[in-house]
Amino acid sequence: MLAALAPISTWLALLAEGAEEHGTAHEVHAGVTGGALVEWAWLIPVVPMLLTFLIVFFGKKSPWKGWGMATFGMAFAAVYGGVLAWVNLTDGILYEGAIDVGIIGDLTLQWGWVVDGLSIMMYFLVGVVGFLVFVYANGYMKGDVRYTWFFASFSLFAGGMLVLVSAPNLIQLIVGWELVGVSSYLLIAHYWEDFDNVDAGNKAFMTNKVADAGLFIGAIIMALSAGSFQFSEIFERMNAGETMLAQFGFWAGLALFIGAMGKSAQFPFHVWLPDAMAGPTPVSALMHAATMVTAGIYLVGRLFPFYQMPEFAGNIKPIIIVIGGITLFFMGLLALVADDIKKVLAYSTVSQLGYMMAAMGAGAYTAGLFHLFTHAFFKSLLFLGAGSVIHAVHSNNMSDMGGLRKHMPATFWTFLIGTGALVGLFPLSGFWSKDEIIASIHYDAAHGGGAAAWFVLILSIGGAFVTAFYMARAVSLTFFGTYKGHAHPHESPKMMTIPLIGLATGAAVFGALNMPGVTQYFTDWVTMRAFPIAEHHAESLNWPLVAIVTPIVLVALYVGWRLFGPDKETQAERDSFTIPSLYPVLANKYYIDDFYMDGIIRPTMGPVADGTLWIDMNVVDAVPNLAGGAAVHVAGAVNTVDLTTVDGLYNTVSAGTGATGGFLRKAFTGKVQQYAALSFAGVVVIAALFMIF
Amino acid sequence: MTIVQFLLLGAAMFSIGLYGVLTRRNAVLVLASLELMLAAVNVNLVAFDIYLGDALRTGQMITLFLIAIAAAEVGIGIAIILMIFRNRQSADVDELDTMRY
Repeated sequence: MLAALAPISTWLALLAEGAEEHGTAHEVHAGVTGGALVEWAWLIPVVPMLLTFLIVFFGKKSPWKGWGMATFGMAFAAVYGGVLAWVNLTDGILYEGAIDVGIIGDLTLQWGWVVDGLSIMMYFLVGVVGFLVFVYANGYMKGDVRYTWFFASFSLFAGGMLVLVSAPNLIQLIVGWELVGVSSYLLIAHYWEDFDNVDAGNKAFMTNKVADAGLFIGAIIMALSAGSFQFSEIFERMNAGETMLAQFGFWAGLALFIGAMGKSAQFPFHVWLPDAMAGPTPVSALMHAATMVTAGIYLVGRLFPFYQMPEFAGNIKPIIIVIGGITLFFMGLLALVADDIKKVLAYSTVSQLGYMMAAMGAGAYTAGLFHLFTHAFFKSLLFLGAGSVIHAVHSNNMSDMGGLRKHMPATFWTFLIGTGALVGLFPLSGFWSKDEIIASIHYDAAHGGGAAAWFVLILSIGGAFVTAFYMARAVSLTFFGTYKGHAHPHESPKMMTIPLIGLATGAAVFGALNMPGVTQYFTDWVTMRAFPIAEHHAESLNWPLVAIVTPIVLVALYVGWRLFGPDKETQAERDSFTIPSLYPVLANKYYIDDFYMDGIIRPTMGPVADGTLWIDMNVVDAVPNLAGGAAVHVAGAVNTVDLTTVDGLYNTVSAGTGATGGFLRKAFTGKVQQYAALSFAGVVVIAALFMIF
Repeated sequence: MTIVQFLLLGAAMFSIGLYGVLTRRNAVLVLASLELMLAAVNVNLVAFDIYLGDALRTGQMITLFLIAIAAAEVGIGIAIILMIFRNRQSADVDELDTMRY
């Protein structure tokens, strides 16, 4: 009983503290609508973060072993984000609150919370997708040895993302960024008994760290040239035409984009994401949908005005669009050869992130974020569907699946909706978001984007084909034909299918938020920013492009169905369609992982490390060794002085004392009468002295 | 009767007692001599009390206390000597030199 009350009292104490904090908070930017709703929005990241600690300390004793608390945190973020989204749509919200948390010289570190269109979209997305994934995870993780710990890390993961998106400055963004990084490491390596999973966790963490160097360098250049870590301040300086910022803007933008490439798994930093499949499926679902990989897109979106200005970081846009283009097409191809269903979806995510990045590079802020939004729903749906299948057949490999549509109807139908949304079938959400991206790239190509944009346009249309093709393959191999595995497949419990249905609904209908020429709720939503977003926004559908892309998608689906749909004796025969020269390249992931291993990591760990060790031992250590030797000599001299002079003094004094004592002690004979006589003699002497004086 | 006679008596008793304390070997006799010294002090106190005509009889009061204390002291002294005798089979003060350097 007391254990159950403890979290409540902590919670109340937090509320009281929060009230005090609120008292010292100051408004940085007055909103269109303010009020308690936005002033208390700091709770959105704080609640899941605090719940993480509550789960760590009290989770095992709580009724749902931590699941309830974690899910409550997500539900809270979802509801709060939803209310904010509603108010934002009706009235518009622009708010930035902050409290000072530290002062270092002239630099004031602030903990803040931005409440504008972009961050509200992320609060809502992380909350809703997180909530559904957490609910699902209750069923999926049942019986796990580290069940409570899993939900603590999971809550930290989502909480870190909320810290990231609420950040009004680069410092807090980095804090959130690293929280997401470290919790992703914990979650990917959740089954650490198997060393491969630890490797995957390390790979994700290390790859991100390499890219994070770009983020840190970018933040430092930004702060030095703009004089602030604050986004609003940076934009103000930019508006005022700060020359220093203009001078270093390209490098700041490029370095920050490298950071974004790492988290958003853009080529060539994409290697960690497919390996991150080692984590439990709910982790993959959240990581690929609302959290972590969206951070890079979010960062570019947050700094979008900066990337839009030709005199600042505008020159990076061709780099962004080309990186996005390469990622969306070539990483999509890798999904064709994967046998692990989660790897298919992982490469699909990398490819879709490429679309988002390309959209950002094309100057289409809304299109990129809209795809992020819709993708979050259908990709988490696909992952949870895959998780449901894996849960049923106890294998990740599609060669162990087949014919599951009869065994798992709910999973099958929701998976099909997710697939339709992913490949971009009318009228599912993916159709609207992906078409808007392709249209935006086309617009950019036609309006000064140059050859790079035309090239990426072709890649993005090719990417649509590839996406449809590998999804046709995955669906065929998983749900059609006859069952090839050994376990007895069964439909997953309600706790897992209900989130699937929820996400499928989102994946199906959220396209309606932004139908070009019909509705533009989403555009209004995310362009509600303190600094105006100078983006191109399509007023109507680009019919010629739709007329190209949709048939391509349908053809790809049909070809994929024809090639992989028919049932054969063995799975190897079903999946035997290969292009001889291309297959080995794809199967080896373009040798990029091998290149990193043999070209960078091993040489670094071998000759370079040895050389560094030699320099360390012989050059760097020489200085301390020299200093140490000199110190030993000085100490020797000091020791001699100490032994002869200082000790000599004390020895002499103590020897003198000893000798005197030895002489005086002779008076102590032990004879009582002698003492008595002496003391009487003393009395006589005193009496005599009295008489005389 | 003058005070001098009593003072002479007290001085004589004190001297005899002191002599005993310093020369006797037997601890019991040393203790007895010590009592003699105390008695000499009592004589002096009473003599001065009468001589000075103190209305409160302070000297005699202190004498009473001294007698009581002397009795207690003898009790403890004898007990100590008995214990020493039991342990060492001797009450010779010359042999009690364990406190020697």
